[in-house]
Amino acid sequence: MIDYPVPLGRPKIGSSGLTGHWRLMRPEIDYSKCTKCRLCVIYCPENTIDLLEGFDVRIDYDYCKGCGVCAQICPQKAIQMVPEVK
Amino acid sequence: MTEVPSYIKEKKVIRQQYFLRGNAACPGCPIPKELDLLLEVMGKKTVLVVPASCSTVIMGDIHGSPSTVPVVHSAFASAAAIASGLSRQLKMRGEDAKVVVWAGDGATGDIGFATVSGAAERNEDILYVCYDNEAFMNTGIQRSSLTPYGAWTTTTPAGKREFKKPLPFIMMEHKIPYVATASIAYPFDYQAKVKKAKDIQGFRYIHLLSPCPPGWRFDSSLTIEVAKLAVETGIWPLFEVINGEFQLTGISKVLLDKSKRKPITEYLKLQGRFSKMSEKDIKVMQDAVDAMWDYIAELVKR
Amino acid sequence: MITVQKNVTAMVGNHAVAYAVKQAKPQVLAVFPITPQTTMLEKLAEYIDNGELKAELIKVEGEHSALAAVYGAAVAGARVFTATSSQGLLYMTEMIYWVGGERVPIVNAVATRALAEPWSIWDDHQDFFSKRDASWIMMMAENVQDAYDMTLQAFRISEDKRVILPVMMGFDGFILTHTMERLEILDDETVEKFLPPREFNLIDFNDPVNVGPIAAPDDYMKIKYEAMKAMEGSKEVIEEISKEYERISGRKQYGLIECYECEDADYVFVTAGAWTGDAREAVRRLRNEGKKVGVLKLRVIRPFPKERIKEALKGVQGVVVFDREYSYGYGGILANEIKSAIYNTGIEVMSVIAGIGGKDVRPLHFQKVMEDVLNGEKFEERWLND
Repeated sequence: MIDYPVPLGRPKIGSSGLTGHWRLMRPEIDYSKCTKCRLCVIYCPENTIDLLEGFDVRIDYDYCKGCGVCAQICPQKAIQMVPEVK
Repeated sequence: MTEVPSYIKEKKVIRQQYFLRGNAACPGCPIPKELDLLLEVMGKKTVLVVPASCSTVIMGDIHGSPSTVPVVHSAFASAAAIASGLSRQLKMRGEDAKVVVWAGDGATGDIGFATVSGAAERNEDILYVCYDNEAFMNTGIQRSSLTPYGAWTTTTPAGKREFKKPLPFIMMEHKIPYVATASIAYPFDYQAKVKKAKDIQGFRYIHLLSPCPPGWRFDSSLTIEVAKLAVETGIWPLFEVINGEFQLTGISKVLLDKSKRKPITEYLKLQGRFSKMSEKDIKVMQDAVDAMWDYIAELVKR
Repeated sequence: MITVQKNVTAMVGNHAVAYAVKQAKPQVLAVFPITPQTTMLEKLAEYIDNGELKAELIKVEGEHSALAAVYGAAVAGARVFTATSSQGLLYMTEMIYWVGGERVPIVNAVATRALAEPWSIWDDHQDFFSKRDASWIMMMAENVQDAYDMTLQAFRISEDKRVILPVMMGFDGFILTHTMERLEILDDETVEKFLPPREFNLIDFNDPVNVGPIAAPDDYMKIKYEAMKAMEGSKEVIEEISKEYERISGRKQYGLIECYECEDADYVFVTAGAWTGDAREAVRRLRNEGKKVGVLKLRVIRPFPKERIKEALKGVQGVVVFDREYSYGYGGILANEIKSAIYNTGIEVMSVIAGIGGKDVRPLHFQKVMEDVLNGEKFEERWLND
């Protein structure tokens, strides 16, 4: 570990906290329509959709900011933006 | 509110994060994705040099950073210089590591222009990626020399009168080994260019279109759509110049034919920053785009 | 008994500093030419070209980039060096504060020179003193020997684990940079032992760090507090390293200040820089006439050696502080720092402003001012302007 009098930052998930709290709209995947094309994983600006075994996908709601790119990009319209219910 | 099926909840993640989520970027901001794609290709032995920009804030503070590689912050104008020193020392200590400057358009085309030009002339062994959100976004959307004609910014409320500084072409004229343009709507084209640049020695420059929802005035879900239309209308040509040889890449290859280019209004109508453009302004911009493609046709022929 | 083999030569200031840098074995240099430092840069380029110095010399396009480039190299573990003067020092000011704040060990040699406007290439201390709040250790050389010695000590001080601060070495433009003087140099092995390989490095791919990110107000103030403590603590380290250098060189180094003929003096000159030599000559002449005077030389400007100054001036009636710079609307910078250091001691402080823009100052000027003071002529501030 580098030891240095001036504090240095280190890698951390959620460096800005639980950014999921920023959401006004929440993306929801209808898995019956999903064809595992993975475009949502590729295009999510926040890198918040996880690629899973068997090429399934899963949104990390702790950090998803609700931008809506995944819903817009999905060719099957399998993702819907619904109001975030707190 | 639908429940996520339990079989999905139980599956293991098979792709690691290279740029960690939960950072300070705006919703819809493509920077975290652009960095994730970059670091996936560049690997662990990379040092990022980040001058003052949105990325400075996105990189977090002393309590946590989303970057999985070392980051050296830089004063606004000096990113290319700090990177030069870093790259020389890493070579001197026998380390096979890469230095990548991750700078915005302001740091590259305005305040840091002399520094970038100097580093390019010295052919420093660095990969310089300019992510272009077409204004000084971090300070609240003021115009930069890379803001396009007619765009609203807080310092050009009636629309910018000057044209966008043609940075990729200027860098090309420096006769550096690799120059390329990319758009986040074509991530594999972007990654292929980063990969090619990674293995070349000398000053390599990638100019990446990075649409900004709050700055360009469009809904955060349309980031990729906007980045795609920029290319499809011909406003943002995708090309690479390897040792002076110019070639178009991706769908830009077919856009030399004007009939294949979508009219620029398709791109402009999605963005609030162009809403005040008059018919005359749009014609001026369309003519400028066509003129650029005539120039590109010349470059392709050489 | 340890005998020290003396290598005596003659060099101009710029070449002496270049020679010291060569012996310190830096890995990366980035220097932009500016009068009167250019011949130092040329000498360094020559050393690299003929293989005597194995370093990368980045021929940057400006001073801002020069300090930025060596900062980058230093962060990755290089021992680095840069040099500049006047306008160049101002141009690199953003990076001066950057480096000072991030506390990266870097050595910067500043050939002092007047600041434009008016345009001037001649010597004064305005440029050097303007950087005193940037968290750098600052030393000033009196002669070419000092310039050589201080450059070597600067590398050692900056890299000391108790310090970790950048160091600026100021030496008078043209007066020292271009004047040839007798110089005793150390041999390479001695310097190698005095300056072991640098251990400082922040780029480790197994521990990726974020160097210099945003700091929230609470964090920022904590960081500056630590810097303040390091700066105060460096006083002891500077004196320690000074003594070690004395041992290996056979020459007295004096630490933070040197008091020449101060022990029984009534009035003392206070100076920093090359004209300390002129002050010494004036003291010799006055002592020959039986006058009890001395000169207090400030070797180190930052950290300001308050305690040592107070000690040295015990029993003195008054001091005549010579400033080669000025704070417009206030007064001579050194004069006011001395005033605050000896506050409440009853010692009179007389401020003399001289040599601005390179105006010639000789032993006679020092002598005349002191004679006036000894004749009862006291003043708050006097400009040697005619």
